Formats: sequence, C-alpha cells, structure tokens
Amino acid sequence: MEDSNKLNLTRREMIVGTAAAVTITLAAGTINNVEALAIAKAEIVPSAKVSFTVNGKIQQLHMDTRTTLLDTLREHLQLTGTKKGCDHGQCGACTVLVNGRRINSCLSLALQHEGDHIVTIEGLGTPDSLHPMQAAFVKHDGYQCGYCTPGQICSAVAVLQEIKAGIPSHVSADLTVHQNLVIWKYERE
Amino acid sequence: MKFDKPAGTNPIDQMKVIGKPLDRIEGPLKTTGTAKYAYEYNELNKGHAYGYVVGAAIGKGRIDSINQYAAKNAPGVLAIVTYENAGPLQKGKFYADKLLAGPDIDHYHQAVAVIVAETFEQARSAAALLKITYTRVKGSFDLEAVKDSAITPQAGQFGPPPQTELGDFEGAFATAAVKLDETYTTPDQSHAMMEPHAAFARWNGDKLTCWCSIQQLNWGVRDLANVLGIPKENVRLISSFIGGGFGGKGTVLSDIVAASLGARAAGRPVKLTLQRPLIFNNTTHRPATIQRIRIGAATDGTITAIGHESWSGNIAGGRTESATAPTRSLYAGANRMSHLRLAVLDLAEGNAMRAPGEASGMMALEIAMDEMAEKLKIDPVEFRIHNDTQVDPSNPTRNFSTRQLVKCLRDGAEKFNWKRRQAIPGSIREGKWLIGIGVASAIRGAPITKSAARVRLDKEGMITVETDMTDIGTGSYTIIGQTAAEMMGVNIEKVIVKLGDSAFPESSGSGGQWGAASSTSGVYAACVKLRESVARSFGFDPEKTEFSDGKVHSGNRSVALGDAAKTGDLFAEDEMTYGELSKQYAQDTFGAHFVEVAVNMYTCEIRVRRMLAVCQAGRILNPKSARSQVVGAMTMGVGAALMEDLVVDKSRGFFVNHDLAGYKVPVHADIPYQEVILLDDVDPTMSPMKAKGIGELGLVGVAAAIANAVYNATGVRVRDYPITLDKLLDTIKINA
Amino acid sequence: MKSFTYERVHTPAEAAAAAARMPGSKFLAGGTNLLDLMKLQIETPVHLIDIGKLELNKIEHTSSGGLRIGALLSNTDLASDASVRRDYQILSRALLAGASGQLRNKATTAGNLLQRTRCPYFYDTNQPCNKRVPGSGCAAINGYSRQLAVIGSGDACIATHPSDMAVAMMALDATIETVNPKGKVRSIPIADFYRLPGKTPHIETVLGKAELITSVILPPPTGGMHFYHKVRDRSSYAFALVSVGAILQNDGSGRIALGGVAAKPWRSESIEKLLPLGSKAFTEKLLAKARPTHENAFKIKLVERTLEGILKEGRS
Repeated sequence: MEDSNKLNLTRREMIVGTAAAVTITLAAGTINNVEALAIAKAEIVPSAKVSFTVNGKIQQLHMDTRTTLLDTLREHLQLTGTKKGCDHGQCGACTVLVNGRRINSCLSLALQHEGDHIVTIEGLGTPDSLHPMQAAFVKHDGYQCGYCTPGQICSAVAVLQEIKAGIPSHVSADLTVHQNLVIWKYERE
Repeated sequence: MKFDKPAGTNPIDQMKVIGKPLDRIEGPLKTTGTAKYAYEYNELNKGHAYGYVVGAAIGKGRIDSINQYAAKNAPGVLAIVTYENAGPLQKGKFYADKLLAGPDIDHYHQAVAVIVAETFEQARSAAALLKITYTRVKGSFDLEAVKDSAITPQAGQFGPPPQTELGDFEGAFATAAVKLDETYTTPDQSHAMMEPHAAFARWNGDKLTCWCSIQQLNWGVRDLANVLGIPKENVRLISSFIGGGFGGKGTVLSDIVAASLGARAAGRPVKLTLQRPLIFNNTTHRPATIQRIRIGAATDGTITAIGHESWSGNIAGGRTESATAPTRSLYAGANRMSHLRLAVLDLAEGNAMRAPGEASGMMALEIAMDEMAEKLKIDPVEFRIHNDTQVDPSNPTRNFSTRQLVKCLRDGAEKFNWKRRQAIPGSIREGKWLIGIGVASAIRGAPITKSAARVRLDKEGMITVETDMTDIGTGSYTIIGQTAAEMMGVNIEKVIVKLGDSAFPESSGSGGQWGAASSTSGVYAACVKLRESVARSFGFDPEKTEFSDGKVHSGNRSVALGDAAKTGDLFAEDEMTYGELSKQYAQDTFGAHFVEVAVNMYTCEIRVRRMLAVCQAGRILNPKSARSQVVGAMTMGVGAALMEDLVVDKSRGFFVNHDLAGYKVPVHADIPYQEVILLDDVDPTMSPMKAKGIGELGLVGVAAAIANAVYNATGVRVRDYPITLDKLLDTIKINA
Repeated sequence: MKSFTYERVHTPAEAAAAAARMPGSKFLAGGTNLLDLMKLQIETPVHLIDIGKLELNKIEHTSSGGLRIGALLSNTDLASDASVRRDYQILSRALLAGASGQLRNKATTAGNLLQRTRCPYFYDTNQPCNKRVPGSGCAAINGYSRQLAVIGSGDACIATHPSDMAVAMMALDATIETVNPKGKVRSIPIADFYRLPGKTPHIETVLGKAELITSVILPPPTGGMHFYHKVRDRSSYAFALVSVGAILQNDGSGRIALGGVAAKPWRSESIEKLLPLGSKAFTEKLLAKARPTHENAFKIKLVERTLEGILKEGRS
C-alpha cells in the first residue's frame, strides 16, 4: 500500500520547484534544508517572516502574508497529515495543537504563530510507534475514510488535557464542580 | 473465472482469517496522517502549480463575456482556462453534467474557469479578478411546481423499471377494508464527505496521470478520456486513499477536468481541490422526492394492495431517484404498482448518494407502514412480519436467495425491549422529555459485478494483491487482504494490498454496495489461479493441495509457500464474472432498525437516545469494519431524519446553505450508543465469498424509524423531512 | 483572499494609531471570523494589524466587585474562569454553547462581540446583500430566512447577530471599554453598542474608525439562577434558532436576553417587570413589534416555549 504511493519519476520530470515561500528548517541549530526560489512577481506579493516550532523542530519561514497555518504545514513543510476539509473552520479536519491547545489551523495565519509550539498528528506518533490515542482509534475502528481522523485524534488528545485542566464544555452538568470524577473514570477505563 | 452456479465448499469457508474482526490494515497510516490523499502528491510532482475553480454566478443562463485581463496579470498566474480556450469537451458517460460550462450555464456554481498560479493564495486571489458577465434566463427550480410536467423516464442502467403493475392495484385498493393514501417529501441532500473533490494532474506528452479521489477508476478512465477526447490508454488514474465519497465521487467531476486542462495549459503538473462552498452546487446530490404511497389491507393486516409513486427532478439527461425500488421487493401483496416520474430542474445534477432509491423510498414507505399499523391497530413489528414474503413479490416465481427480515425484526425487538413501547403516542414522559420508540425495516439490493485482481507470491511467502478497487473508508484494503490470506493459507501480515491505480486489473470499484462482495471475489479468482501455479510448481495435484500456516500440503508432503517462488515471483491474474444467478434469485440484504427518541416538551428539540440495527448481509467478511459501516450509515440516517436539507432558493435557483455550517450533518453530541447485530448468513448464490455488501443497508430505514419514534413520543406525524422542531411546535402541548 | 500587508503591534495605543494611519486596515485577534470572511473576499483589508500578542488577555476583579475581562482573553479561558463559573454562570454557559472547542481556544472576547452575521446570502458574494454591498438589495427577505431575524430588522436586512456570548453580556449589563487613536478611552454599555440595521446594515456597532476594544467590564454579580438555553438544529456546533439567557431571582423578577432573533442580543429592561406574569405575556410584549417572515415566524413561539421551560426549571 505504501509502495503504491511511490512512482518512478524520470530525471527530466523532476522539474525544480518554484516555491512561493522560503523554507528553512533548523534542527539543533543547524540549517539542514534550504528550499528557496523566488518567483517572478514575488516582489508585489506582501510577505513576512515568522518563526515557530513544529513537532519540536524550529521553522523559520518567509511567507506570503495570506498563508494559513494549515497551508504552511501542508504545502510548505510537507506535513500533509493535517487535512483541509472545508478551509472555513466548519469541519475540524485541520485541528492541530498550539501551545497545548487545539485550534483550527485553517483559520489562523502562519504569521500569527510567532514563537508558538505547534504539534501536528505527525508529532504524536508514527505507524511503527503509535500514540495511545492513535492506537485506540485503530483498535476501536474509530475512523473510516481517515480524512478527518488526524484532526479527530489531535482533538481527542486535547480534550483529555482539557478535562484534566478542569476546562468545562457544553456537556458539563455543573460548572462549579471540578471534573475530577471524569478523569477518574477515564483512567479507570 | 465464471460464477454461474451456487458455490460449494471452498477455502473461504475455513474462516480462519475471513470473518475475523481484524483491525484494519491501513489503520496505522490513517491515524498518523501518513495515508496519502490525491492533493498530497507534491513530492512526485515537483514544480507543480495550483488551480482554483470558478463557479457560475447564476442559476441558469449564459455567459456574455469573460474579461481575463486583471486575473491574467495578477501575481503568479500561469494560465486561465475557460470554454473559450479549452478546446472541444464532451460529457462523461455516468454524469450528465457538463464539467466545464460555457457559454450556456446549466446550474449555479457549474465550473466556468480554472485559474492556474504558482501558489494557492495567488490562484484563489486571481479567481476573484476574473470578470464574467452573464444573462440570466428563467429556470425551473421548484420540484413541487413542475411536478405535473414530469414524465415517465426511460429505464436506466441502475434502478427499477420506471413503471410496474402486478394484479389489479386500483381495484384492490378501492375495495380494501383499511386504506392509507399519503404523500411524503424528502429534501435534496449532499454527500458532505470530508475530503473535498481533489485532483493532481500531470501530462507527459499526450499521456495524462491524475491522482484523484473517485470511487470507480474504470469509469473514471472512460469518462476522462471521453471528456478530453483522448484515448483511454493515455489516461492513468490513481486513488490510493479517498476521503469519503458516499456516491458523490463516482467518477470524473469538474475537479479532474479542471486540473487536467489547467496542467495542459500551464505545461506543469497542477493540483486543485474544489473549495467547500462550491461543492454543494457544483457537484451532485441526492435529489429531492415527492412520494405518494397507497396501501390497502384486510382487517387482519394482510396487505392486498401496495402502490408507490415518486417524483424527482434533474438536469437534462440526469437520472431519476428510484425511490420505488424497495417497495417492489419488501412486503407481500398480490396487487401492486410503482411509478417513477422525472421533471426537468435547473439545479445541480442529482445522482447517486448512498443507497440511491432505497434510502429515499424507505424514508416514505416505512412511515406509511407505521401509519398503516396504527390504522389496523396492529403492533408495527407484527404488521411487518405478517406481510413478510419468501418469494419476490414482484415476480412470485422467483425466490429470495436468503431473506431473514423476520429474524431481524424479532431479534431486534427482543434486544431493544420493544415490548416497553406504548401503542398510544405521547404516553411516556420523563420530566420535560417525551419518550418514544420506533421501528423500520431495511432492504437494499445486493448487486455484484465483475472484478479482476493480480496476485504475486515472492520467495519470502509474501502475497501482493493489486486491483484498481478503491477504499473509500469501507475497509477494502483489509477484506481484500483477508481474502488473499485465507486463500493462500497465510496470516494477514503476509499480505500486501495495493489498490486504487488504474494500471492495476480492473475491479468493480466502490458503489451501490457492490464493492466488498465483487472485489473480494475477483481476488478469490486470482488466488485460485495462484494456488494452481504453486501446486504445479511442487508437482502437486491442485485439486488435492491444501494451503495453511504458510505451507502447502499435499498427501504427506508439506512445503513452505515461499519455496514456490524460489526462482522468481509467481503471478496470477483473473477476474470473476457472473452468469444468471442474479436473475434466478432475488438477491437483497435485509435489516431492522430500532430507535428511541426524547422530545423536549418545551422546545421540541429531538434527541436520539438509543439505536439498534440488526442486519443480514451474507457472510460478514470482517465484523469490525462491517459494524463501522453500519454505525456510519445509522449516523447518516440521523442526519436524514433530523437535519440534512439542501435548501433551494426557488427564485435565484441554487442551494443556499452551501457550506458545512449551513448544511448540517450530525455531530458527536447527536449520536447515542449505537448497537449493531450482524446475523449469521451465507449466500452461496452470490459468489464463492458468499458475501454481500452492507454499507448502504445500514442507512436504509433509519430515518423512518426515527420519524416513527418521534410520532410515538409526541403524536405528531411529520411526513416532510427533515423533522425539525418547528414542525412540532404548533402541536405539542406543554403539560407542566 | 486579497493581498495585505501585516504588522504586529505591542500596545493598544500602537494598535489604534496603526489603524488610523492605514486606511482599509483591520485588527486581527483570533482571526476565526475575519479570515473566514477574507477567504471569500467578504472582508478585504489591505493591512492587518495583529493585536494577538497584546497583554489584553487577563481577567481581573474591579474595585466595585465586578470583573474586567481582557479583550483578547480566549473564549475558553473566559468560560473556564472560576469567578465566571461561580458568579456569572450565564456567561460561561453561553460561551460553551457556542462554536467548538477548537474555535473557543482561538476566539477572543472582543472578536466574539464583533462577529458578523451568518446569513447565507451575506456569505455568498454572487448574491445581493446590503450588509456586504450597501445598496445591492437583500436576497434573504424573500429567500431562505429560517435562521434570520424576526425583530428590529427592516427592509434592508434581516440578518441576526450570531454571538451567544453577547447575549449573556447583555443580560449582565456589561460595559465595553475602548481606546481610540488619540488614546481616548471610552465606556460603552452593551445595550448601546450594537446598531439595528435600518438603512445602513453594514454599520453594525457604534465603534469609531480605528477604535479598539480593550476590555469588557461586568458589574458585581447579580446572584440568582442563571440559564442559557440555545435551541438549534443539532446538539452542538450550530448557530441558534433562538437562544434564551435568563437570570432569575427568588422573588420572581429576572433578566431575559434573546439570541437569534435580531441583529443584536434582544432585551428590554422595562418589559422584564412582566416576567412574573409568565412566558406568554412576557414574550408577547417583548416581541410585539416582530415582523417575521413566513419561514421564521416559529421563532416567536419557540422563544415563548423555551422561556416557559426555563421559568418552570427556575420555580422547581
């Protein structure tokens, strides 16, 4: 299945890319990947710099100001696990964790995340080393087409943290009671 | 391999791998975000550009002018394709819609242009600069208003005959002791799959490769070649993962055409996705229906006359929503009629959506049955059981291959504690909540069609299966893997499944609930051939060779399976084709749905509290993924019952609520615990797999069961879906 | 989305000054509504002033015993605050009834107040809409209006305000504090904050050009029982058909604010004295001037019945 994702490309077909953004990936302080080519009319497209970490890696980017965090992840950092289902905050497929909180990455500009710590589905686990929530989704067949699954898993991971932090939700029966009971129940199960 | 007589015992019957609730093999990819969908093949398409589709701004009319100046000169723009420079385009064979419109506009948001630019942001921004002027013409947007102009359509490739009659329906209905004659309406519905339609097109000379998201690659190749006027051989489609389809991604739609044209014009690979607010009016939907149902019965509950008529609309050349289909097969009754009619509407194309025909038809029929049971003062479960039939009621010389509707109803009633139900509506109250329970039967055809696969054995004993079958979330990867594992006597871990590439042998594809049974049968056929090659390679008699535990056994000899490929991989390819058994037997799947609802006495909000489905659908290949299919379908049924409604603006001619905030589908909080019971059933008339589909059955009847539960809770009979609270508000009394 | 230039500012005064300097600019806080609208080119700012990192995300007790809520406090943090949960439950409930967990983490107090309508015709740039393009007409009045306003609207616009939080703020008599480019601070009672559409539905609040909301002040707690019942087409994540926020006192008096019925949260203090007469008398008076469409007339009955349920719960 994984193999079917890989097609042989001839060298001639590997046209060098023209990326709209300058992407510099820093790991442990060293530049290990530079993919940067200006485009013909770039000078008239407003752009700006931003720096944040994604799954523990520092990213320094120079983006078209319009680029959402979602498109930054998917198109510029090639982290395609975060999905675009509606691009309008109506489906949740693009959910990522920013500084520990879940947000819709489609309704956020990359530039808004200066200094933020972002965790995507790729940062939770890998096929060979699943996060417990990912493993639970597999065990309980908690997905079908899989398209919103990364968002649901990120959201589920955050929900458990919210419950631990005592953040209420629309199903909280009593706002004045801390939800320790619920945590206890989760841990027991 | 041709399947033309009922299957005898075969290796699948061992059920060592088949029938086991295995975790889906693609689960680790999907849960980690490493499963790749069409839009995500950047690495294979370096230097790609982005496309953005522009939809028509009017419901019906024509384009007067297109001014490209501003868009063309916008930053990063590489190409703009409209009807003016696209070259001649034809239609596909399955969808009737023109996939790049102009100058005539047939419906709102029909694609009129694709903008190609260096970046997504640039393409989107340039799209808004394209100046198109239109002239509106009067269109037809109101089904009720054009109902009387509807005609009886031609019989189509799918669906029941448009008009049928058996016995003397009119006479029997007129003289029946107890009668029902009611009209029900169902709204337009959208598939609302999570992954928007997406395509990544790349030309290499005159050869086109397109990563896309469609359910039927064979139809897709045919249709894309047709639309573009190029040979089929020059088209390769790849859909390894599909983010849901529900019938809405049957074959080629505007995204694939736009990406292909854009890539040709720009001389670069181009990817695009239909923006979510465009999908509802640009692509297809389940058409609205108006349905008249007449049932006549003797006082003992025996149905003597049953008639079902349905009206729907579509663009010219579009198909009819075949809502009468279930009524032809579900209940006994000597005198019967059915009649489909089709009107012209200038809305987006109506086409297949999960259980086309049955889903809409049963939304009406199963309310009618509940109403009839009440008139007869018979329990609704008993009324249905009383009118069970073991022969096809529309063709009484023909038997059902298997039919356990009665068991579905009885087991379900027992499990659901149906006897708690009060026949008098509005009898049970818990505080401010009015409680009711409802039931509906389910029936869905069990089509099966030819499907091919290739299997390969290597010296490590690994089996690789290749077929262009798709997995739209249904579990195809896993059940195909289970089939090959069972046939070759290995564990599922020894099987690699490759799907969704039109370069692989042609499969059934996913649609009409035929994918599971058809595609696994194709894999069965290929594996039979591979078993023969393996046996022969060891000098064994294929007839007397057994495959188990990774070994091949014949007489007292046992050899490691992989040894057959010591000097090179062994390949086998075959397809399963079918004889006349589907004509000799009525092949269907059956079920029963039970639902409990609570209705807020003050606000009339409806909450589903319990759901149970009992399903009979042949051999269940994987109970875990089959259950998920039913659970997903039941959820869709909640949507159909309570909220899903593409609202037509009848003067402007479009679906108004065209995004996922306006078009509501159930959220987690709407769905209670759902229980699914899968009955033991083996249908040897289907194929050697003895299996049928289940993904659509799970939806059929759910909405009516909810409607019946709402009636039982409140005494308000809503015949106009969805059942929103405003339809109850005038009637429900506050009894504080 | 049109191109725009972008800057980050560090103080409220800097923000207001930047806005005054750049015509066509907008403040960017959470962005959950603004970016949504920019993608559709319903909003087309040429310059965004990112105020997201301003220190306006605190919640403090005021000297009079009320609360000062920072304009940039997230909806999640506001709903979770211990004082709010104890003394202003209606606010917590309203916030939690709105949006999704993801949106509440990003959406801010001020942004929530300034949300724009969810009218489907406003959202579709091919359709006429006086709010989006003044003078273009209103497709909603004779179109799909089930979700839209029944009162306070006119011939130009029947859009509703989508916020739940603002309904609670209205019941709580909140005051909105702002700063303008000259550094002038002003306090606007929420009852005066929103404008009805009249002939200018595109002007939605009394905020001046480049005026920035810095905080929302809640008066000391009112006590009583707090309710927020949001009625909608599904159990969560949908805008209200109607919502009823109520603070009921033991003596039968109370405050009632409605959502989903008008271009602003709907409340009348003078009519609240009729509350002891029951939901029917109260609703009839409160919505006496309603001019619903054929499709949304049910909202009046729905308000009455929802309120009746709340009053019943309050009595028991």
